[in-house]
Amino acid sequence: MQTLHTDIVVVGGGGAGLRAAIAAAEADAGLHISLLSKVYPMRSHTVAAEGGAAAVTLAADSAAAHFSDTVTGSDWLAEQDVVEFFVKHAYQELVQLEHWGCPWSRKQDGSIQVRRFGGMKTERTWFAADKTGFHILHTLFQTSLKYPAIQRLDEYLVLDLLREDNRVCGVVALVLNSGDLVLIKAKSVILATGGAGRVFHYNTNGGIVTGDGMALAFRHGVALRDMEFVQYHPTGLPGSGILITEACRGEGAVLVNKHGYRYLQDYGLGPETPLGHPQNKQMELGPRDKLSQAFWHEQQAGRTDEYNGHAVVYLDLRHLSRAHLQQRLPFICELAQAYVNVDPASALIPIRPAVHYTMGGIMTDINCQTTLQGLYAVGECASVGLHGANRLGSNSLSELLVFGRVAGEQAALHARTCQGSNNDTWSAAQYQRQGQQLSRCFGSNKDDSVARLRQAMTLAMEQGCGIYRDTDGLTQCQQQLQALQARYQNLKVTDTSKVFNNELVQYLELGFSLDVAQAICAAALARTESRGAHQRRDSGMTARDDKSFLQHSLAYYQAGAEPILSWQDVSITSLPPAERRYGSALETALNTAEQAADAGAKHD
Amino acid sequence: MTEYQLRIQRYDPEQDDTPRLQRYTVSGDHTTSVLDALLSLQQQQDPTLALRWSCRMAICGSCGVMVNGIPKLGCKTFLRDYNGVIDIAPLAHFAVEKDLIVDMTPFLAHLSAIQPYLINDKDDKAPHKQTPAQLAKYQQFSNCINCGLCYAACPQFGLNPEFLGPAAITLAQRYNLDSRDNGKASRMSQLNGNNGAWGCTFVGSCSEVCPKQLDPAAAVNQAKVESAKDFIINLFKI
Repeated sequence: MQTLHTDIVVVGGGGAGLRAAIAAAEADAGLHISLLSKVYPMRSHTVAAEGGAAAVTLAADSAAAHFSDTVTGSDWLAEQDVVEFFVKHAYQELVQLEHWGCPWSRKQDGSIQVRRFGGMKTERTWFAADKTGFHILHTLFQTSLKYPAIQRLDEYLVLDLLREDNRVCGVVALVLNSGDLVLIKAKSVILATGGAGRVFHYNTNGGIVTGDGMALAFRHGVALRDMEFVQYHPTGLPGSGILITEACRGEGAVLVNKHGYRYLQDYGLGPETPLGHPQNKQMELGPRDKLSQAFWHEQQAGRTDEYNGHAVVYLDLRHLSRAHLQQRLPFICELAQAYVNVDPASALIPIRPAVHYTMGGIMTDINCQTTLQGLYAVGECASVGLHGANRLGSNSLSELLVFGRVAGEQAALHARTCQGSNNDTWSAAQYQRQGQQLSRCFGSNKDDSVARLRQAMTLAMEQGCGIYRDTDGLTQCQQQLQALQARYQNLKVTDTSKVFNNELVQYLELGFSLDVAQAICAAALARTESRGAHQRRDSGMTARDDKSFLQHSLAYYQAGAEPILSWQDVSITSLPPAERRYGSALETALNTAEQAADAGAKHD
Repeated sequence: MTEYQLRIQRYDPEQDDTPRLQRYTVSGDHTTSVLDALLSLQQQQDPTLALRWSCRMAICGSCGVMVNGIPKLGCKTFLRDYNGVIDIAPLAHFAVEKDLIVDMTPFLAHLSAIQPYLINDKDDKAPHKQTPAQLAKYQQFSNCINCGLCYAACPQFGLNPEFLGPAAITLAQRYNLDSRDNGKASRMSQLNGNNGAWGCTFVGSCSEVCPKQLDPAAAVNQAKVESAKDFIINLFKI
């Protein structure tokens, strides 16, 4: 048995994991930190984030405004104390990244440039051209090399958490280049494994985004919270789902249907803004859930076009100069050219919504602590409570910095103060069990395969848990997932090799994905209202129902059965639930509020 | 749909003494990338084929392979651009671990060696000022996705694995040229050495294969100029 002893294991080498590892190393240089990832850190999916990272920056902006935009965007399902903490700390984290070398785009005077983003009242999105996630990830990775306390374990896949009663004391991992199992004993474990977008068929995510960490915690009794809220990004390329950043619209791109009509004005986001003059929180700068839902209606009405068998609308950037596009959106120009053969300066980009982000995840408190002692979660795999029912674009890159730091510091504090586990017999038994399970998964299949089963799952999810959902579709999806789980129990890995066994890795990832998919479907079925990214078409469920559902859903794992659902109150500190308004409706509401405030002032 | 013939270099260290070639037929259309083809092979014909990939949008840097002997990103290389049998092999100049997977450890060691982070003694809380012109000096060199194609193209790295190589020297230049950095002096010892910039014989293949058009050869040349200046300055110090 190979055993490593360390103080903190960080599972996942993306933005959140790297930020956490650095924070832990800075908190206490004497700690041993193992940064473990199934891929080299710079391959992590943070790399594909394009648009930017939000923080209150301009003098005219305020923490209260960022707070209000985030809570409104979340359809009031965000934890308001968490949002307060986040908006207060986002700026210093972006500055920290600047000090570490991130090549943020600048104004002429050398100060930080900010751009518009959907659902944000003011320009507050820092960016590094249109490769913000790439630059954040590489800056963090390169900076992490400064810290001798951080020991990387590249290309290790975690199979299970080591748990003793209610505390976590390490992980069991598969070393991909040897096929060996290794036991890693630690005082704190931070899960930073990213989202689960790959449980859907059309998504903007890399192949590695399979929900591993969510399933690991879930299987040990930690709740997955708000899993029904899956973000469809309104602008993915047809077929591949490759992301075309919201920053395009921040820079002034518009969306048109097959008739060239800017259809968003028909969905409560108008009036139409003049070309080249985007307005915050209006038209193309509405929130992602509303934009993806508008696409769905256009498709139903037959106003979408077809591209290689996919329904599409178009993103029009032609009115922006080529020079501007090359400066602000060079990656988009490259992607459009390579993957749909379009030069955005002269032609329309065909786009359609694609699954992008899992708002829900492993339930944590504001300190990124889960309900298991010693286990922390951060970033997309976690639900710290920032995004509620709909995430605003550019909040997640800031989130992984703000809460990555919190997770690292908390895990370091815990590692310094807790007694490590001395129960070697117990962890050896868990290690043995994993080894036995692994050896049992090899064999031959009659007419099934990992690839087939995975495709059946992703199509079922797309069908049942898409932009609009109903009881029939969800129930059918639930049954399909149960059948797939049954098939998975009999599925075998045909490749018996040890070194870089891709099929084995995909088999294990599929096991994680299926558990997460069941949690998404169960939570979607249980939430019989419409809120944010979760929209039900059943009669009586099409509106938000604060009386019954101003609640987080909590899904608890049941081996071999559907997850058990329970509900948790939402923390509301200063912004009571109200109607979400964008476009002119927002304008009217603000005017009314101002008039009321003026009238109030006159009475005083 | 068109049928394409692929000839893939296979190597399983548990079975094979030396690499072998295996032929496959895949169907694809004008959008099918080399990566798409490899994944469809893996899913439908041969699950034992081992490769690395993730983002399939040319930003994560995982899927570098040799296509007809030239280093390419699998996800940004399209079958439509090839006639006849397409040869796919692991990146040259790296040790093959299995099939299309190579050992990237030396590459990462070279990146780490050049201290790829800002070195300065700034301790206030404000962001640095950096004008667009100052940013433009190093911006291009900050776009490296660490795919390793330039190492597979570099004859010097092929001869001498200790040579820092194009990506690491480019990364050193990226920080040396950053107006916020004061760490050039400590990076120069790496760049001046026999395995630093002077190891380059300016073949320029690195720039030809770079999928992000970074022009690493220009970075290496700049590093040589810096190294020469450093040498002369040190002469006067003696």
